[in-house]
Parts: sequence; C-alpha cells; structure tokens
Amino acid sequence: MSEPIFEIKDAVVKVNAGTPEEINIMDHVNFKINPGDFITILGTNGAGKSTLFNIIGGDLHLSSGQILLHGKDITNMSVEKRTRFLSRVFQDPKMGTAPRMTVAENLLLSKKRGQHRGLGTRKLKQNMAEFHKLTQTMNNGLDERLDTPTGDLSGGQRQALSFLMATIKRPEILLLDEHTAALDPQTSADLMRATNERITEDKLTCLMITHHLEDALKYGNRLVVLEHGKIKYDFSAEEKSNLTKEKMLTFFGDIDG
Amino acid sequence: MSIIVSAIGQGLTWGVVGIGLFLTFRILDFPDMTVEGTFPMGAATCVAAIYNGVPPILATLLAMIVGMLAGLVTGLLYTKGKIPVLLAGILTMTAAYSINLRIMGRANLSLYGKSTLLDSFKGLPPYFNSVFLGMLVIFVVTGLIIYFLQTNLGQAFIATGDNPVMAKSLGISTDTMQIMGLSVSNGFIALGGALVAQNNGFADVNMGIGIIVVALASIIIGEVVFGELTMNERLIAVTIGSILYRFVILIVLQLGFNANDLNLISAIVLAIFMMFPAFEKRFKVRRTIAKGATRNE
Repeated sequence: MSEPIFEIKDAVVKVNAGTPEEINIMDHVNFKINPGDFITILGTNGAGKSTLFNIIGGDLHLSSGQILLHGKDITNMSVEKRTRFLSRVFQDPKMGTAPRMTVAENLLLSKKRGQHRGLGTRKLKQNMAEFHKLTQTMNNGLDERLDTPTGDLSGGQRQALSFLMATIKRPEILLLDEHTAALDPQTSADLMRATNERITEDKLTCLMITHHLEDALKYGNRLVVLEHGKIKYDFSAEEKSNLTKEKMLTFFGDIDG
Repeated sequence: MSIIVSAIGQGLTWGVVGIGLFLTFRILDFPDMTVEGTFPMGAATCVAAIYNGVPPILATLLAMIVGMLAGLVTGLLYTKGKIPVLLAGILTMTAAYSINLRIMGRANLSLYGKSTLLDSFKGLPPYFNSVFLGMLVIFVVTGLIIYFLQTNLGQAFIATGDNPVMAKSLGISTDTMQIMGLSVSNGFIALGGALVAQNNGFADVNMGIGIIVVALASIIIGEVVFGELTMNERLIAVTIGSILYRFVILIVLQLGFNANDLNLISAIVLAIFMMFPAFEKRFKVRRTIAKGATRNE
C-alpha cells in the first residue's frame, strides 16, 4: 500500500475548554487519506463533518493531536499555505465565487491557487480559449457567459464554476462540502455526474460530505461515517460494495436518505 | 470664467481623494473613517515640511508616506487587532488630530511667501496652474491604479473585497490585501490633502471634517451620472464626479449661500445622489428623462 498523502493523528478539538460546557467536537480521531481515495462522508448534523473539513483546511486548529502531509507535520500551517495542496467547494454557491468579477476572472484567480501573486499583468486573453473549453465540459451554458459577472449566474452555474475553480489547478486533496445540496434535484444530479467524471478521469484524491445515502454508496471507494466527533465506520471499497441503503439505515436510522 | 477654471482645478485635485477612497469604499467594501485624519495629516505634513525648507515635491511625497503609515495603523488594528474597521478608522482619525497638531506645532500654518508645486507651472492665466497640476497627478494616479488592478496582485485585491472567504480559499492573504488597500488608499488621500493645502496656501487641523462626504460625493455622482461602467471607467468617473460636485457647490454658493454652510450643503448633495437609485426605481426617473428627450427630438 502506498504512503498516505494526509494523516490526522489523535486529533482533538475542544470547545468551551475549561468550562462545565466543555465538549470535544473532534474526539481522538485517527484518519488517513491515501492517493486516489474518493471518500464519501456521512453523518448527522453535529457529527463532526464540517469540523473534519475545517481541520484539514486549517480554519480550525487542533486542541491536541497532529496533522501530517506526506509525513511532514503541518499542524500549525495557515489556511493560505494549505491551499497549495488543497482546494474546497462550499455548500453555498455564493461562497466559492467573487460576484462582481466575471467567470473568466474567477477562473484565472483560481488557476493561481496557492501561488505568489505579483505585479505581472494577469494575461486574461491568453487563457480564454482554455476557459472556453473547460466550461464547455459542464454542459450548462457557462461557456457562453465567460464575460458575465458571477453574481448574475444561476445557482447551478455558479456552483459548477466553483467546482471548476477547485479543480482547474490539480489539488492534491479536493474537499467537497455538500456541494450539490443547495441545488434543485436535476441540477444537483448533473453536477454530481460531472464531479464524478472529473474525479475518476483525473484520479483526484477527494473527500465528499453528503446527506444522500445513495450518493455516498454510489460514488467513491471509501465511505466514512462520523458520529459525535468520532469515526464510527470506515468502509473500504470492498466492504462498500456489499452495502445497501437498507443495510446502512439499520446502522444509523436517523440519517436523511 | 476664472471661477469655472478654479472649480475644474479643485475638482481634479479632490479627484485624488475620491480615487483614494474608491479603493477602500468600493473595492474592499470598507467604510474607512481614517480619511478624515489622513487628509489633514497630508496637508499638515506637506505644509510643515515646505515651511521648514523641504522642496515641495519631496514635501508632497512625504505627506503621502505619512498617510500610508496612518492607513497601515488602521489596517493592523482591523486585521491583527480584530477591531471592527469603522471603529479602527475612527481611532486612527482621532489619534491623527493630536499628531497633526504636533506636526504643525499649532492649529494652522500658512505657506505665505513659500514656493509650492503650483509654482512649477509659471506664465499661465489665473488658476490654470492648479488645473495642470491636478491633471498631471490624476493622470499618474489613475494610470497606476488601472495598471495595478490588471495585475495578478490587483486581481487578488479585488477578489478580497468581493468575497474574502473565496479569496482565502485560493491562498490569497486577505489580511495583507486589506492592510495594503488601507495604506495605499490613505496615501492617496494624504496626497490629496497635500495638494489642496498647497492650492489653498495653508493647512488647518480642522480641514478634515466632512472629507469623507466630499470624497464619497465624487464616487457616487460619477456612478449616478454614468450608470453601469467597467472598473477602469469607474475610476475615471470618480474624477469627473469630483469636478461635477465642484460645479454643484459653485452653483449653490452663487445662489447666495454662506461658505459656512458648505458641509451642510455637501451632505445634502451627497444624500440626494445616494437616494437617486431608490428614487429612480420608484419614479422611473431615467425612463422619464429618456421620454422627454425623445419628445424634444
């Protein structure tokens, strides 16, 4: 087995530390991400899904424990520095794009994710052909709106753009935070299909939080279930292939299917 | 005629202040009150320096640097000290009042008998020197900002104002962008203060009162008059807005209002222009104007 890309060791995140309300929202979690993993993550509200993403992304610091990238300790690395290897798509389409900047400008910004941005001119025109080709793959009219401010796009187009922005420069780890949840069923299904294609074709390493049992079972090669800040189950591809929705529901009846 | 030339000269000079505020108010989406302190700080620094024998060009640049430092203080209070930006600006503005008194050593200082940047333009009809100086400075400042906004750093700066969460997720240090924006913005505002002081021939510790309203007026008037524009056009519209604002003030003063009423008038003019979009929606002003124009044809 290859070395893990990313590793969380005995991670604890406390809130209200030192008060009677002290609680571990991440409770002694050990977790490894291997190259090429496409991990779907399930859990009820408050189970620790977002906390997990926030500690991977660096938005939240550990109370104790360690985070390793290729075996190197990055526990205290800032959010900005982590973007060199990590990209993220948020649930809210408004969070992932700059509304007054055009589609092309947003893509250009994300092409330099995690890089130094200096006083060289941005060279937008030289990138337009690539952006046109890239947006065409989403099949939702985004390619005709490269010069439109993203604030004028539909939620579906905006979220498709957020996904393209997160993958235009290959991330070592891609975090998808319920990225289809705010969309209507058809748009959500289209984006999920496009997401899966991109991840499998480019062999991206990805973690995807979802509330849909079907999606969690259908996509990916690992399924992780969180509960009360702990990893309750971590199913491998083989174990996952034997799981059914009904079987899953007997494990935890309270997850929205 | 000379009144009009003077108004254009003033409009160009004040355009620098408007453009400075544009960087924070429109791009970073910050209500930066520091400007009420940095404008007189630029004036005080420049006048005190010239008074003490520093060449006008160096005195003007020095004013700009001092303004940038004041902006830096607000930026640090906001990003590192986690003080809300409005309050951070008010703190710096308040502190600046005392510093301005220290710089000048008294409440006001005259440039009487001293040579200023305006003296570089000799042999021109009255007030034309301020027009030429204003044009030169506006041209350089606007050009620099237009270039900057097209760079990778400039785009990161715009993105920070547009969506800080996204900017951060792309590895942009939003703190650095905000500190940079506040510094550069206040540098330009202090430069405006230095130019206005040289134009007026003095600096006064109270000359900052109401500056934010005047600078906002330039921005808003430009936007209301020209409507939808690209970023570059919007920057140019600020200067045109600034000149139009001077004309409005000129007309109001010609109607017999007292110069002491200037701040009241400024506030009313700005309020009217700021309410314009709401009125426009309600009474379909633009459509009515367009209709009128068609009928006249």
